[in-house]
Amino acid sequence: MNFPENLKYTKDHEWIKTEDNIGIIGITDYAQSELGDIVYVDISSELTDVIKGESFGTIEAVKTVSEMYAPCSGKLLEINPKLNDEPQLINTDPYGEGWIIKIELKDKNELNDLLDAKVYREQIGQ
Amino acid sequence: MKKTKFYSVHEKLGAKIVDFAGFKMPVQYSSIIAEHKAVRNSVGVFDVSHMGEIFIRGSKALDFVQHITVNDASVLYDGRVQYSAMCYPDGGIVDDLLVYRINEKEFMLVVNASNKDKDFNWMKENNNLDVEVTDESDDYSLLAVQGPNSKAVVEAVCDKPFELEYYHFFSGKIAGIDAIISRTGYTGELGYELYFKGNESTAEKIWNVVFEAGEKFDIKPAGLGARDSLRLEMGFCLYGNDIDQTTNPLEAGLGWITKFKKNEFIGKETLLKIKSSGLKRRLVPMISEEKAFPRHGYELTVNKRKVGTITSGTVSPVLDKAIALGYVSTEYANEGNQINFLIRGKEIPAVITKLPFVKK
Repeated sequence: MNFPENLKYTKDHEWIKTEDNIGIIGITDYAQSELGDIVYVDISSELTDVIKGESFGTIEAVKTVSEMYAPCSGKLLEINPKLNDEPQLINTDPYGEGWIIKIELKDKNELNDLLDAKVYREQIGQ
Repeated sequence: MKKTKFYSVHEKLGAKIVDFAGFKMPVQYSSIIAEHKAVRNSVGVFDVSHMGEIFIRGSKALDFVQHITVNDASVLYDGRVQYSAMCYPDGGIVDDLLVYRINEKEFMLVVNASNKDKDFNWMKENNNLDVEVTDESDDYSLLAVQGPNSKAVVEAVCDKPFELEYYHFFSGKIAGIDAIISRTGYTGELGYELYFKGNESTAEKIWNVVFEAGEKFDIKPAGLGARDSLRLEMGFCLYGNDIDQTTNPLEAGLGWITKFKKNEFIGKETLLKIKSSGLKRRLVPMISEEKAFPRHGYELTVNKRKVGTITSGTVSPVLDKAIALGYVSTEYANEGNQINFLIRGKEIPAVITKLPFVKK
């Protein structure tokens, strides 16, 4: 299983990639593998901001449904438009084409609370 | 937690294993959707050895089966299988099951793993005819080979060619091992279920010959996940989801297996009363064009009012649409009626349709 070094992780299995004050968020390889075939990503069309640690949507796999929690607070810039027709991109390319939302970070210091790849890997026993 | 005799095969294949009905069972090997499609388009193989096999033997075996099941077992002949159910006196369902008539004095009842001990005890408690009731579940392995190419695969590994009608079986040999070959399954496809005794190496041998024979069809192992989505596309009931002791066969759409012409069976009187007073609710199939995922336990609404509950739901891998079964108050349960899935507080429009969801 793959956990890129340049990402930050949450204990709830999300990742965030940052460039300046922009963050791209998705779920980890471990999370997609545990969920199995993902069929639907449900993010409210009324969502404007995400709050660190709070749910910003749900992810539906064939066998189960799971909440997604924001690694950092910020303003929602974009929902991955490809996921509407191809939610399975989260399974096939969780850190690339399967990204979920893009946000403008409210406070970059929040990144310090997140896990690096090594700690995340240890946490899930990989 | 028990393991089936195929467990090491599943481990070697890297299956995702879950606890199910007291067994360590494979829920998926690669992807539920890919396994589902393999069964619909070619051939897939399920280890369903967790199912229970209970034998009824004795001169009154048929009478006993008639007493405890709702379908009419007197129409069976040797080599014929029947879908049936057992009910409590109040009409609630003990279990749904397959009845195999081996001969007049010997029947094999194949029951759900999760209910096996309960069923076995129920049969013993109601054994007023002095038949022999034996639980032989631990002796039997069961491999389901399902899909349009299943016949070519099973014929290639069977000691004799066969023409087998739906819900019929015969005794033969697979790779030299005695087996019951039954044209049954839980997928809606052409399919066969192979019952045999033996240890882990027997099981592995049968698995291997089946997969060798299926290689040219790109045969795939399939787990409980695909088993569930396949049965739901056909609208087959799952005990614990769609039927249980609080539901009766009439409201569950199983009136067709409930034979009131039969002299007597446990639950008959109550079910007759329910039938004559009219059903309060019915299990109906529903489909939605919306991007949504209905699941067991979600509410069904009309004009923001609760009119029922979803018992099974999924996104159909074949239709790519949300499909569900659920109990709906009779006045709202007509085909064509609009109904809503209540998903996280949002009403998702759906329509009551007819079965199967996927036409064969």
